[in-house]
Amino acid sequence: MKLAGTSHAGKLLLLRKCITILIEFLPALVYEEKNSSQAVAMHLSVLSPASPEAAHIVWLWNVCLYVCAFILAVVTISILYILVRYRKRDEAEPDQSTGNRTLEIAWTAVPIALVAVLFTLSVAIARTVNHPVDRPPDVIVTGHQWWWEIRYPQSKVTTANELHLPVGREMLIAVETADVIHDFWVPRLGRKIDAIPGRRNTVWIRATQPGEYQGACAEFCGAEHAWMRFAVVVESPAAYAAWLAHQAAPAARPVQGDAAEGARRFGELTCANCHNITGINAQKSYGPDLTHVASQETLAGERLRNTPENLTDWLRQPNIIKPNCFMPNLELSHRDLTVLTAFLETLR
Amino acid sequence: MSDIPITPRLLEEPAPCAREGAWLEWISTVDHKRIGILYLATTLFFFAVGGVEALLMRIQLAWPGNTFLSPDAYDQVFTMHGTTMVFLVVVPMLLGLANYLTPLMIGARDMALPRLNAFSFWVFLFGGFLLYFSFVSGHAPAAGWFSYAPLSEKGYSTRYGLDYWALALLGIGVGTIATAINLIVTIINLRAEGMTIRRLPLFVWMVLVNSFLIIFALPALNASLVMLLIDRQLSAHFFTVMGGGSPILWQHYFWSFGHPEVYIMVLPAFGIISEVIPVFSRKPIFGYGFVAASTVAIALLSLGVWAHHMFAVGLGPAWNYAFGASSLLIAVPTGVKIFNWIATMWGGSIRFTTSLLFAVAFLFTFTIGGLSGVTFAAFPLDWQTTDSYYVVAHMHYVLFGGTLFAVMAGVYYWFPKMSGRMLSERWGVVHFWLMFIGFHLTFLIQHILGLDGMPRRVYTYPDRPGWAVMNLISTIGAFVIGISVLVFLANIVMSLRSGAPAGDNPWNAWTLEWATSSPPPEHNFDRIPPVHSARPLWDLMHREGRA
Repeated sequence: MKLAGTSHAGKLLLLRKCITILIEFLPALVYEEKNSSQAVAMHLSVLSPASPEAAHIVWLWNVCLYVCAFILAVVTISILYILVRYRKRDEAEPDQSTGNRTLEIAWTAVPIALVAVLFTLSVAIARTVNHPVDRPPDVIVTGHQWWWEIRYPQSKVTTANELHLPVGREMLIAVETADVIHDFWVPRLGRKIDAIPGRRNTVWIRATQPGEYQGACAEFCGAEHAWMRFAVVVESPAAYAAWLAHQAAPAARPVQGDAAEGARRFGELTCANCHNITGINAQKSYGPDLTHVASQETLAGERLRNTPENLTDWLRQPNIIKPNCFMPNLELSHRDLTVLTAFLETLR
Repeated sequence: MSDIPITPRLLEEPAPCAREGAWLEWISTVDHKRIGILYLATTLFFFAVGGVEALLMRIQLAWPGNTFLSPDAYDQVFTMHGTTMVFLVVVPMLLGLANYLTPLMIGARDMALPRLNAFSFWVFLFGGFLLYFSFVSGHAPAAGWFSYAPLSEKGYSTRYGLDYWALALLGIGVGTIATAINLIVTIINLRAEGMTIRRLPLFVWMVLVNSFLIIFALPALNASLVMLLIDRQLSAHFFTVMGGGSPILWQHYFWSFGHPEVYIMVLPAFGIISEVIPVFSRKPIFGYGFVAASTVAIALLSLGVWAHHMFAVGLGPAWNYAFGASSLLIAVPTGVKIFNWIATMWGGSIRFTTSLLFAVAFLFTFTIGGLSGVTFAAFPLDWQTTDSYYVVAHMHYVLFGGTLFAVMAGVYYWFPKMSGRMLSERWGVVHFWLMFIGFHLTFLIQHILGLDGMPRRVYTYPDRPGWAVMNLISTIGAFVIGISVLVFLANIVMSLRSGAPAGDNPWNAWTLEWATSSPPPEHNFDRIPPVHSARPLWDLMHREGRA
């Protein structure tokens, strides 16, 4: 009898713990909403959708949550009630009932009805989220160990780790891979989709709020899976068009100073063997395209903010910053580091 | 404890468990009880190893940017944690219990094929050693416990870890299949007189169904492991695109084993719950037929749900609909079981032993795990939650809060039979509350982390608002679990040395294993009681009571 009390109190304690946790996080959530103009509501990002595709999934989530919460409540309350009501009171053996057919049929039939409803809703939502593909993709995203190549085939633009989308337009994104399986996931903008060797998957996204969103590789893809993150910048159609036009322009070769020497060293060292800079060299891109590298927010799959100091640091010791990345440590001299950074910083 | 009617002073002290030269007997034994105990001791060892690996991971993730483990070390540790817990802990732990209990529960002298039984155990043990030998060879496998191709192929995993992984699992798989065949033959052929299929204890029922499931599911794994080895060693292209193979083929093969495996890891646990709850509620199981039949339904359905692990692959609508429907459907027989266990307690006279506490905790946490499973079967939700921390939380609710809690209930329940001594109930309660609280502290918060967009299998994460706090809470919870395991181990060691003598039937239970001495003699029974129902000892007690 004493133990029954403990178990009851323990459950209450746990409940209180959960509530405390919630209370601790709610203010953080509100704070975020008010103070950050750019990346609003980082918390529960799946649950704060910024596209109709993600919103549909959240709607289904809510339905599921109510159904599951109801079932969990029934189970938990019955267990607690039984533990108190039917705890041992004396040595007498209780009534030896062995079953009840009506009850069995009831608790088989009701769940069947519930899952039938959930199935119907799932099919409906799935059809809305994945509507048929009727045109070539607007963007082709290719996963590499451990960065994202992003191409806009109509505009002949190639960039890395930063996906720009116009607000309010339905964009068709093709997802491919250059090596192992990756997974393209932007929680606030919609479903995740695998990048599978030898196949092209597609996903529709119509972002409805301008802002910056976080994306990540969700399928384990090797040692640096954690730093295969990317940003999605959703901007007005005009800003998007301007960005696209800017990205499509080739880089201009610097004519004097450190930057010019850097451009020369870029070709002399092995950098140019892997990295393309349209207008300066033209290589197959084994590594990220650097034509407008200085215009990006981050480096190395969001491992670093893109500042000149970080860029120098990255060139100096990529193997320390992102231990398994394929960018080699060329043991560059101090002079090389300075001129390469100066050069790369001109690639706006 | 005090409410269990035992009279300790009248009970004889059991023989000491350690004797001169006894270890030779253990190595050469073909006795199902000793093999069962060997299984349990080995899995306890691997459980400690896998648990330490879990703690290493949680230390690394305690705060963002931690450099406790290198990325490569982290990947080896999480791969070994998953592989160890699935193949070296949960499955063999349940097989160990099945090994020990099945012949006793059906009134048999031993398993039908005792030497095959010993073979299975030793293959499993050395399979485990082979897996861990990969560390010594320089590099443990690091492609996750489901080793998706092409990451697991030679081109991307150049060192030998994955070859050890494949060979070890192949060996363990052969042993598991042999045990399954052994159990089926034993249950079908060696039942005591009167023990019809409708009078089988539910634990045995579930072991039987489970063994069939093993026979259907495990060969798919073994075949795909051989194909992976051929790919890696002989440069074939089963799972690589360039030679015309397909990485998705690996996923189909692996999960057509892997999802039945989930039920292989939980059906015997259902069996434990179906024994523990009735005995401590002092009532027969509610709806015996429905509990048994729902097990068969789960086993059959579980062979047709595997592609729900692949909803994010982009297989197309037909696959999504079919596997979404079958996965939702499997929730129904599982729910039937939960309701029957609750109804068993209804109207009972509940004894709050540690064993019952774990069984009740199982009901609660497994329900949460089952319900979060439903949110994956509604496949548009899976597109958001899969491969995030939400799925990590879900699987631990099912396998830790589900299976492991049930195994704990079983250990507290059957330890007196195996050793002749009771486990300390006082330390048992401490163990229970530490483990229960630690478990929920660790994993509840991970649902939220997943919904907030944290992918699984990352060695570190950016410092986004809330992530550091939530991860720290999870790490603290993991250490609480660690402490609870230490309490459990201490309880076992102390009770083996000086626990209260148990007597034949300390819980007043009614299945046949309680009709013999504790621990049972090598031939199990001097005299097998007549079996006229599913509860032969109950019949005996109550007939004598009336006389």
